[in-house]
Formats: sequence, C-alpha cells, structure tokens
Amino acid sequence: MSKANQADVIIVGGGIMGASAALFLRQRGRSVILLERDLIGQAASGTNFGNVRRQGRYLHQLPLSNRARDIWLRMPELLGEDCEFLQSGHLRVVYNAEMAGKIEAYSKDSAPYGLDLEMISANALRARFPYLGREVVAGCYDPTGGHANPRLTAPAFGRAAVRAGVDVRENTEVTGIAKAGDDFVVEARGQGEMRAPVLLVTAGAWGGKLSALFGEPVPIAVHGPNMSVTEPLPYRIGPTIGVSTPHVHETVYFRQVKRGNVILGGYTRGPASNETNRAAVLPENTLGQMEQLRRVIPGFANINIIRVWSGVESYFADDMPVMGPSATTPGLYYAFGFCGAGFQIGPGVGEVMAELIDTGATSTPIEPYSIARFARA
Amino acid sequence: MAAASMTPATIPRAIVVGAGPAGVRAAETLVAAGLRPMVIDEGMLSGGQIYRRQPANFGRPHETLYGYDAEKARSLHDAFEAIRTQVDYRPETLAWNLRENVLHVVTNGVAAALPFDALILATGATDRLLPIRGWTLPGCYSLGGSQVALKAQACSIGQRPVFLGTGPLLYLVAYQYLKAGVDVAAVLDTSPFGASIRALPDLAVRPGLLLRGLRFRRALTKAGVTVANGVVPLEIEGDGEVTGLRYHAAGGGDRRIACDAVGMGFHLRSENQLADLAGCPFLFDDATGMWRPEADGDGRSPRAGIYLAGDGARVLGADAAEVGGRLAALAALADAGMSADAALVTSLRGQMATLDRFRRGLATAFPWPATLARSVADDVILCRCEAITAGTMRETAEAKGAPEVNRAKALSRIGMGRCQGRYCGHAAAEVLAGARGSSLESVGRLRGQAPVKPLSMATVKADTL
Repeated sequence: MSKANQADVIIVGGGIMGASAALFLRQRGRSVILLERDLIGQAASGTNFGNVRRQGRYLHQLPLSNRARDIWLRMPELLGEDCEFLQSGHLRVVYNAEMAGKIEAYSKDSAPYGLDLEMISANALRARFPYLGREVVAGCYDPTGGHANPRLTAPAFGRAAVRAGVDVRENTEVTGIAKAGDDFVVEARGQGEMRAPVLLVTAGAWGGKLSALFGEPVPIAVHGPNMSVTEPLPYRIGPTIGVSTPHVHETVYFRQVKRGNVILGGYTRGPASNETNRAAVLPENTLGQMEQLRRVIPGFANINIIRVWSGVESYFADDMPVMGPSATTPGLYYAFGFCGAGFQIGPGVGEVMAELIDTGATSTPIEPYSIARFARA
Repeated sequence: MAAASMTPATIPRAIVVGAGPAGVRAAETLVAAGLRPMVIDEGMLSGGQIYRRQPANFGRPHETLYGYDAEKARSLHDAFEAIRTQVDYRPETLAWNLRENVLHVVTNGVAAALPFDALILATGATDRLLPIRGWTLPGCYSLGGSQVALKAQACSIGQRPVFLGTGPLLYLVAYQYLKAGVDVAAVLDTSPFGASIRALPDLAVRPGLLLRGLRFRRALTKAGVTVANGVVPLEIEGDGEVTGLRYHAAGGGDRRIACDAVGMGFHLRSENQLADLAGCPFLFDDATGMWRPEADGDGRSPRAGIYLAGDGARVLGADAAEVGGRLAALAALADAGMSADAALVTSLRGQMATLDRFRRGLATAFPWPATLARSVADDVILCRCEAITAGTMRETAEAKGAPEVNRAKALSRIGMGRCQGRYCGHAAAEVLAGARGSSLESVGRLRGQAPVKPLSMATVKADTL
C-alpha cells in the first residue's frame, strides 16, 4: 500500500510530546505524519521515573502542568487504557529546617496556581507514614500527585494516534529537511520525500540537530537518569516520595507500583550520548541511591534491587525546555529539551502545540521557553 | 588494543570470574606465568557446578559424588588448592556490574570496584528452560537445581521424581539419582531417538563419553525406570504440589506418570550477562538458536581486555571449559606481551576442535524443541517472576506491535523480574517469533542490565576502593 507523502503537519520524534501532539492535531482535523527513528516512546519518554507531579515545578510551568493534569485524569477515555496512572499523592520530604522553610514557601507560592499543598511536621509525618526514617524532619504533601508507567504511556498515545488516523512511521530516521516554497521537504530512509507546510520537532535530545538546520543552534546537554527497581513487596508506601535537598548526592525519589516493586532514582545523572543513542548507569550511582534510600526508609535495607536502566535525556542550563514557534522559519515549531521533567507535562505539551499550530496561539503561557532566548544570549 | 601499549615488564591486573573448570584452569595458567590473579566466585568453595563441592562437614568421597568424573574433579580441586595462596581468592562474591574495565563486586554486603587489565569471564551455564502447563508448581526444579540438591546437600527433589527435557545432563542427573537410591519415576526425552543416530558420526569423536551416555541409559532401563524418547510433555499435574505428569508418547497415545517432583532442562544456556555489560558484541548461533558473545578460538573478545572461557561463552561442557580456560589465560598473557608456550597453544587448540565437533553432535542428538516452546497455550505462564502468560506475549506481539524482545519486555514486563529473563527469555523469543511469523534471530535478545543477580539495598561501599 502506498502512503500519501503529503500532510498538514509532519512531526519528527515519537516520544510522549510528539505522539500526543499527533493525536491532538488529528482531533483538530489536521492530517499528520509522525516520524520516529526507533519505536514510539523508546528514549527519554520510556525510561524516565514516571513522576506525575505538579509539586516542585517552577511556578511559570504550573499552567502547563495543570493543563496536562486534566489530560492525565481522562487518559482511559482518551487512550482506552490508564497507563497505570495512579493518583497516589506526592510527598516531598526534607532533612533540615532550612529546606522545610523552602518547601513551605513553595506551598504558599503555588497556591494561586491551584495547588493545595499540605505542610506536615515531623511527628504528624511519622504518624501518617510510619516507615519514614528519623532524619526526615518535615514534608509537603500533594494529594493530587502520583505516578504512571512511562514504558506504556507514549506507545499508548502512539496507538491512539494511529486509530485516529495519524500516519505513524516507526524505524524511520530523518536524513534531511529543507524548506521548498511553503512546504518543508523531509527525507527519510526508505520513505521518499514527505511534504507539509508545518513541521513540529519533538526529537528530544536530537532536537538541537534539527533546529540547527534552520539557523537556531541550542546549547543542549545530554544525560541519563539512573534508575533502579526492586523486587515486589506488599503494596504499602502510597505516595511518590522525593527528598528535596540542594545537595545532588542526597537526591533520591521513589514510588511503589501497584504490583509491589519500588522504582527509585536520584543521586547524580549518568553519561549519555545522542550519537550512540545510549545512556549508562554508573555503578556508583546505584550504590549511592541505595544509601540515600536507606536514610528515607531504613526498612528498605532488607530488599533487593533487581534491575537498573537509563535513557537519553536533554537539558539546558536554565532548566527550561524549548517550546513554541521557530524564530527564523514560518511553519516550524519546537518542543524538546525538557530537562528531565517532561513526563507529567508531556500530554499538555502535545495539546498546547496542537492548539498553537491549529489556531496560531495558545491560552497557556509558554513564552519563557522560546528558542529565541538562545539567539539573544 | 590497550594491551598492545603495555610493556612486557608490566604485570597486568588480571581477574577471573568463576571458579569452575574454566576459571580454575585460567587462574592456574596465570599463576604459572607469575601473575597473582583475583578469583571471584559466587560459590562457597571452588569447583563450579559440575565439580561442586559438598560442605566441609560432609564426608562423601569423590567417587560417590562425581562417579565417572571423580578423577577430573579431584584434579581440578587439587589444582585450585595448589594455587590457593597465589591468587586473591574471593568466594561468595557476586560480580554484579562491569563498566569501563572496572568490575564491581559485592562480598558479604560490602561493594568493591576492581579495575583490571585482563578479565577472564568463566561464568558457566544454567539450564535452558521452557514453559509447560504446571511448571510453576512447587516440586518443579531445573536439572541443574536437582543436581545441586543431590551433590551439595545430599537431598532428593522428591520421593519419586520424573526427569524431563533433553541433553546429556538429563541422563546424567537421572543416573545420579538412581545411584543415590532414589525411586526415579521416568526419564522423558523430547528428542527423537533417531536424532541420536544422526549425531553418531560427530559424537564418535569422543567414544568414551558416547559410551558413558549409553551406560546411563542402560542402567536406568535395567532398574525398571521408564526411559522414553520423542515425548511431547502435556501437563505437570497437581494442586499446590506435583502429583503427576502427562505426556504424549512417540508411538502415539497419551500417558500419565505419578510423581511428586519434576526436574527439567533442555540443555544449557550461557550466563553471559557480564560479557553483555562489558559491551561484547553477540552473534546468533543457528545450530542452538542462542546468542553468544563473539570471541576468537582462544576466547579473545573484540573488547580489549575481555576474555571468555567455558560454558559461559559457549556450551561445550566441562572438558572444553578446562581447555578454554587455559587458552583464554594464554591469550591474555600474549596480549600483555608475556611469552606463551606456542606448542601448548597449538595442542590446546587441537583439543578444542575435537571437543567442538562433539558439541555439534550433542546439538544434533538433543535439539532444542522450538516447536514445543512456540506452541505453548495462551493461559500458560511464560515468565515465572512476573507471572506473564504466553497469551499476553502474543497480544503484545500482535495488538501492540512489539517487533523484538526488548520492546515486548517494555510493554508486557516479560523478563523484568528477579531472573531478568534468564529462565524465560528463550521461550519468550520463540513465542514472539511465532506470533510475528518471523525468525528467532530477527526478534533479537534481551539486553543485559545490571545487577547480574539481585543486589541487596543494604550494600555499602568499601571504605577504600
């Protein structure tokens, strides 16, 4: 069967951003070709921690995060599956009074954005979460936070996009992009030339290579989150828990999935490459994570880690993504470089990009994320 | 290669992982060349699986424990005792990770990072398994596990066990149980008898071993044990424990045998996770349907400083493991610019060629029953750790479009549990290939991920690394 190589929008990169943008654009009646070098959701989208949290995000990102939250809540009707999204609550804990002050200030600052966070003192914390260790002195709880399974989420968006009529092409590596008249001409191995007046780059760690083609190089850095998972335990922990600390080596965050395994991350990130497309787990990180997790829940010393993994993520020094229209090329849009914090907002990013492409504007503020900030710098 | 820049005067830091036939002979060869290698082993005592030693307070003689192989076992044990003070021996130590020529180990809950110039992986093999209805019942063991119970602890897996599967270990374990006085209910071999006949020309290169296999079979038959070839296992029966096994006999008709335990295995698979973590490229071996790390005839991998020996590289058996261990050590020495006895290398390579021909014979005589693995019913559990059925795997292949095993793992959890796919991986690949209508090779292999075995959260870093 020959496929039409002309569409309203071509999306390059089939992670959670690209796959959800494809679905939402299709729902707005646009024809879409989605190109993915490997398989949908295989890189950062599939290997991240799976935090579905608003708490702790920059205040400027909360409107986007709120928009994403509405989508997470209607995932079953949207995708036909829940991607193991569990509104288990999200708890940030701290080891000292200074950090307690910081999370308390955040709880007040985030209130105007609709977050309803609850500060919990040491004793109350231990009464509610008796497994917490003695070093934990305060916490802040968001009952609306939770977690989901990243391995399932982007592929579920990809399948929903296919059902909605998106032309999803996996194992399709883009080899060239040029603008010819009003159309972008995209070449990919074995696909011939594809054309569309709109191009959306949602290529994660590889986004910078594409933006550079249009005179917009970006200072992107790639790292890999270092993740571990334990053998299954009785389901008891409840919320996703993270330690809030200025010291990177104290960082640890974890969640227990319904079937019992505890997934944890933190400590430092590992090396990654957008040339080999691989990310490494440093053995010392695994040991460091275990050491830090024992501080939060001493009882975890009795369980085993059974697997570790990583994936290629992209970062900018200002900890903000690139999101919005190109500053050089009409019809070109970007959404990549989510700095290790893209999973929860992913479906919101897809919806905002679809709205922006379809209507020329979005009701969600994304100005800080403009790629133009690097040209100015 | 890193080794090329090394001057002969530099004594390379060498680590041997595994203290079975390959590891002991590798260490012995390194010691003979003046090195003091580190020997990392999960076992309490050297010997590996085949020459596994009993606890110190057990008094069974070598002849009882190892039968025909008593002399070889004694020789290997003695060889290790002779170098015991010339190696840095670390028993009960798990090599849990490997990155950039640093081996990460844990001993008694304390982790250490060990840099090396040469690493010889002699990591051995475990049973290759496939799912059969009821195989998750208490009372089901691998053949290797059955043998460990008998050898190390003088325990039988049951009062009346059935041994099921294929490969030389099937007959050996059944024979050992018989000799130990256990009432063996049956030996059921999935390979047709004709396969053994076809394999004869290759097997005949080692007439002693061929003869021994026939002896085991004769002894079992003579003792009244049912020995059947070409069987199709249908179900391991029981409610909470094994009570019987149903199978389809080669001559036609379904049979049932009452039993209280099943030991099963379909030849062996290499424990090659460390080679994988080292970044060794893997090749698909058509004859066995397994992936194996690439290495030259001496066990030299394309990764500088990484050498592979014994069943952990390629399943050739214990004798070949001893030869392979020596060859790998000699290759490491040569790469470090240390002189190796050329005549010895030539002789060892010659021995290896004969042993390899015998291996091909075994693969012909005892083929992996791929059809059995592919045709497992939808409701049978394929992945024991995660309780994933064959049906879920097929749905993942068809409705969710997983083209290869790592994607199937991501979407279905198959191979994500404690064993990391070491027990279900081969059958899972067959089911996936069957559902996709594609070749076994095209569905790939599960990528290795640390830790090699479960790692306790209580693990602490050593003060000085």
